[in-house]
Amino acid sequence: MSNDYTDMWSSLGLNLQAHQGLLGVLSDAYENIYLSQQNRPEGMEYFDFVISEVHGQRIVEIVNKKIEGKPIIGTFCVYVPEELILAVDGVAVGLCAGADVGTDEAEKYLPRTTCALIKAFMGFKLAGLCPYVESCDLIVGETTCDGKKKAYEILNEVTGKVYVMELPSMKNAESKVLWKKEVHKFARKLSEITGIEITLERLKEASSIVNAKRKALQRLSALRSHDPAPISGLDALLINQVSFYDDPARFTSQVNGLCDELEERTKAGTGIAPKGTPRVLISGSPMAIPNWKLHAVVEGSGAVVVGEESCVGERNFSTLFDRNLSSVDETVDAIADRYMTINCACFTPNNERLGDIKNMIEKLHAHGLIHYTLQFCTPYMVEAYRVRQAINGGRFPFLGIETDYSMEDMGQLKTRIEAFIEMIKEGFRS
Amino acid sequence: MRIGGIDIGSRYIKHVVLDGSQLAETYKVETGYDPLAQCQELIDATRPDALVATGYGRHLIANGGGIPTVTEIKAAARGARALFPTCRTIIDIGGQDTKVIHVNNEGSVMTFEMNDRCAAGTGKFLEMMARALGFEIDNFGASCENNGYQQAPVTINNLCAVFAESEVISLISKGIRREAIAVALHRSIASRVASLAKRVGVRQDVVFTGGCARNPSLKAMLGERLGQDLLVAPNPDILTAWGAALCAEQSPP
Ligand code: SF4
Ligand code: SF4
Repeated sequence: MSNDYTDMWSSLGLNLQAHQGLLGVLSDAYENIYLSQQNRPEGMEYFDFVISEVHGQRIVEIVNKKIEGKPIIGTFCVYVPEELILAVDGVAVGLCAGADVGTDEAEKYLPRTTCALIKAFMGFKLAGLCPYVESCDLIVGETTCDGKKKAYEILNEVTGKVYVMELPSMKNAESKVLWKKEVHKFARKLSEITGIEITLERLKEASSIVNAKRKALQRLSALRSHDPAPISGLDALLINQVSFYDDPARFTSQVNGLCDELEERTKAGTGIAPKGTPRVLISGSPMAIPNWKLHAVVEGSGAVVVGEESCVGERNFSTLFDRNLSSVDETVDAIADRYMTINCACFTPNNERLGDIKNMIEKLHAHGLIHYTLQFCTPYMVEAYRVRQAINGGRFPFLGIETDYSMEDMGQLKTRIEAFIEMIKEGFRS
Repeated sequence: MRIGGIDIGSRYIKHVVLDGSQLAETYKVETGYDPLAQCQELIDATRPDALVATGYGRHLIANGGGIPTVTEIKAAARGARALFPTCRTIIDIGGQDTKVIHVNNEGSVMTFEMNDRCAAGTGKFLEMMARALGFEIDNFGASCENNGYQQAPVTINNLCAVFAESEVISLISKGIRREAIAVALHRSIASRVASLAKRVGVRQDVVFTGGCARNPSLKAMLGERLGQDLLVAPNPDILTAWGAALCAEQSPP
C-alpha cells in the first residue's frame, strides 16, 4: 500500500496491529490467487487497485462523505433497498465478511456452530478490523436467517447502531403488504437521520444509478456464457464482491469498460481457458469478500466458473427497477416489489430459485452445478436437496459442498472437486 | 509397455506396475514423513514407461515431476471395474477417507460421497481403537469372531475417535470383554458407512475396497446392513493404484 493511513485507521478505532496482520494476509492471498491467473483482461487492473486500497483510498472517500454530512449505511442483505440509501445521498456498504479472522472474539458471543459469515462480521467488528463498520452511521439488519436475526441483537449491544427491517418468510399478498410497510418505514428512518426528504426526483436519480450498476453486472454475466470464457470466475466473483463497496457510478463505468474488452475477446474467440474447458455454475450461500476459496479450487482444477446463483452474484442484479411512476409512495411500493423478486432460501416456499438455477445452467451453458453452503447455514443446506432433485432428475452433474472459511478441508475439497470435474469430462466422452 | 500407478495415501503408498494388462509388481510402503522420497525410491526401482499418481498426495509428486494425476475416486472406480466388471457401487475405506462411488453401466463415475473432514468411520478410527484395546490392527476384525458375532452387549455412541476412545476406556474399566467392545466398534463404523452408502444409493454389485476391506468383520457387518454380499479383491489395498495405472493406458499424458 502506497499511502500511510495509520492516522485514519486509529481515529476510526481500529486495532492497528491486528489490522496490519489482516492486510498482510489479504495481500498475500490476493497475490497467490488473483495475480497468478493467466490471460486476465486488462480491465481487471482497476479492480486490483480497488482491492489494494480497500481499506485505504475507499475509506478516505467514505470518511470525506461523512464529513460532508452524508450518512454511511451498512447492510448485510441484498433485500435492503439501495435506492433509498442513495436517495438521501447516503453511501451503502456491504458488511458481510469472508475471512476467518476475529473468530476468537466472535465466539465469546456466539456459539461455535454459527455460520462463518456471521462469525466473521461479528469478529471483524469485535476485533476492530473493519473500517467500514466503524464508519457506519446506521447498520441495517433484517429478519432473514435465525443466525443473523439473533446476532444483530448482540451487534446492537456492541454498536448501538443496528436497525432491523422485518422481512417476511413467505411471498403471499399479506407478506408483501408487510414488506412494503417496512420499506416505507426504512425510507422514513433515512429521512429522519439525514433531514432529507425523499422526493420523486431523488428516487428517480438514485434508481437510475442502481439500475445502471445492475445492468452492467447483467452484461458481465451474459458475457460469461461464451466459450471460451472471456473472464475467470474468480475475477467475476471479485467484481461482484466489489459492487458492495465501491462508488456505484464509478464502478458501473469500470464494469462497462471491462465488458467492452470482454466483447472484443468473445469476437476474437479468445478467453482465459481453452474452448471446451468444463464449465461450472455455483449456487448457494453468499461469498463475501475475501472468500475466494471455492472458485480458487475449481479453477485450479481445470474448470471455469461461469456464474454464481448467489447474493454475491446473480440474485443481486437479476431484476432491474425501471418503472416510471408519478408519486413517491407508488415508487417506494414498486421498489419493495422489486426486492420481493429475489429468491432467497430464507423464504418458504422458494420454488422460484429452482427455476433460476435451471435458467442459469441453460443460459451459461454450464456442465455441472456445485451447490455451496456454509456450514450451519440451514436455509441453503436444507434447500440443497430440492436443488439436486430439480436438476438431477435430469441427471445433471451435481456436487454438494459444505464448508467454512478455514483451510482445514482443502485436501478433501480438492479431491471432491477434481473428481467432479473428471466426472464432467467423462460425460463429454460418452 | 510397463505402466505404473501410484496411490499416495495418508498411511501407505501403494504402487503397482502392469505389464500389458497383467499385474506385474505391487508394493506397499508407509507414507512416513517424506512421501516424495518414498515415491522416488519406488519408481527408481520399478522404472515404468508411464506413471499416473493418485491419492491425497498426488499433487506432491505431480508438482515435483510432471506426472499426470487422477483422483482416488476415479482410480478406485477404474480399478474396481477392471476386477469386477459388473460392479456399480464402490465402498472404499482408506486411512483417512471413506468414499462411496456410484458408476454407470459403462463404468463412468455418476456420483460419489465422502465422509466429513474428521476421522470418524475411517481406517484411522479402527486403528486407534485397535490400539486402545491392545489388538494388532490385522487381527482386529478377526477378534470379533471370537465373540461369535452375537448381539453386542454394548454399543459405542461416539463417532469421534477421541470421544470413542474414552468410551472404550470406560467400558474396559467396567470389565466388559474387549472382544465385545471390538464388535461394538465395528458395528458403529459399519452403520456409519452404510448410511453414507445409502445416501449415494446402493446398486449391485458392490465392491468393498481399501485397506479396511481386509477386515472380515467389517465386510460381514457392512454387507448385512446393505442386504448383500460385498465383493472384495484378493489384494484390496492396491486396487486404487491399479486403477490409476489403467487410467494411463486410456489417456496417455
Ligand atoms: S442469502 Fe438471503 S439473507 Fe443472505 S443476503 Fe441473500 S437474500 Fe439476504
Ligand atoms: S450464509 Fe446462511 S446462515 Fe450465514 S448469514 Fe447467510 S443465510 Fe444466514
